[in-house]
Amino acid sequence: MPSLKDLKNRIASVKATQKITKAMKMVAAAKLRRAQEAAEAARPYSQRMSAVLANIAQAVGQDDSAPRLMTGTGKDQVHLLVVCTAERGLCGGFNSQIARLARDHTRKLLASGKTVKIICVGKKGFDILRREFASLIIDRVDLREVKRIGFANADQIGHKVIGLFEQGEFDVCTLFYSEFKSVISQIPTALQLIPASAPAVAAETTGANAIYDYEPDAGAILGDLIPRNISVQIFRALLENVAGEMGAKMSAMDNATRNAGEMINKLTLNYNRQRQAQITKELIEIISGAEAL
Amino acid sequence: MVMATEFNFELVSPERLLVSGSVSEVVIPATEGEMTVMANHAPTMTTIKPGVVTVKFADGKKDRYVVFGGFADIVPTGCTLLAESAVHVDDFKNEDIVRRIEAARAELSHAKSDDQKFGIETYLAELTTLQGIVVPA
Repeated sequence: MPSLKDLKNRIASVKATQKITKAMKMVAAAKLRRAQEAAEAARPYSQRMSAVLANIAQAVGQDDSAPRLMTGTGKDQVHLLVVCTAERGLCGGFNSQIARLARDHTRKLLASGKTVKIICVGKKGFDILRREFASLIIDRVDLREVKRIGFANADQIGHKVIGLFEQGEFDVCTLFYSEFKSVISQIPTALQLIPASAPAVAAETTGANAIYDYEPDAGAILGDLIPRNISVQIFRALLENVAGEMGAKMSAMDNATRNAGEMINKLTLNYNRQRQAQITKELIEIISGAEAL
Repeated sequence: MVMATEFNFELVSPERLLVSGSVSEVVIPATEGEMTVMANHAPTMTTIKPGVVTVKFADGKKDRYVVFGGFADIVPTGCTLLAESAVHVDDFKNEDIVRRIEAARAELSHAKSDDQKFGIETYLAELTTLQGIVVPA
């Protein structure tokens, strides 16, 4: 049985923890709002981009002038996985969910005799995947110092991926990230980047699909567009990830705060009961002392 | 029939939507030379080099933006400019362009094929020209 003083100390420490988790929850909520705004602001660009891409891909068609980033190398022997996770923990199952999806994917590829290379974006994914696939990780990108993810960060990763592709380092590239559905639900997603699939043309845009003038020419524009689209996809993934991380962190910290509250209630009850027992004991001592006289 | 003199213009960077509104005239630094887009332009799609976009709004106001690469999608009723990076001329900082020039120079020293070299050199020339235009001496 812990003494009264022990109980008091424990209550104090749980209260301190609760304060911390509560503060972290509020910070996560503020950051979540900012992340959502950023994701929202980035949406018009990627929407227009895929509309234009659909248009132009249709114009170029599947002839030989289509860039290699779209047609691929014609093989699927070497796979490159770009795994985007958060830089920090304390956000529930967020990181491990993405890592698990990537791990399952890797195992499946390895089992069918393919070669796998991994690029880790974010420290947590690297920590998890390192245990099993240390030899497969060819690079990692650290975004810890980055306060606010800009397009430049994504562009850098995109250039890295395209550079590797041009050197013939891989045939297929898949991006792993977490789709932000809502604060409580983030869905780990795998997205194929290379060979890039052109988005389907929406029915209503085809009507306005007049004869376009292309400057310099459709093939050249497409060749310029696809690398850019890869960067845009990565950028979107990173933004979704930030929003997802903050959402997950918020609900994880909310749970922690609630747990701490329950614990405090239990401990306080225990503390009061013991204090009462001690008072009763002291009273009995006094009374029995007085009776003995 | 009265020709429409206004059309819809949108300037979008990956991070946000910078301009969206009714304009009467836009000058775009297209790869094959500057072009002025007005209402009822023939449908055109073009890539963009680093340069200055001049926007003349329907109410006569003028605005200038610095863009770095991207492409424009022009249809008779509107024009969408997707820029890799876009800032208002007033917010533009010299360091930004200096950083890009340095990066391009570093890339040039690694370039292997002549084609690649030519591409980077052209980009570099465009950047230096832009620097001359935007940054007051």
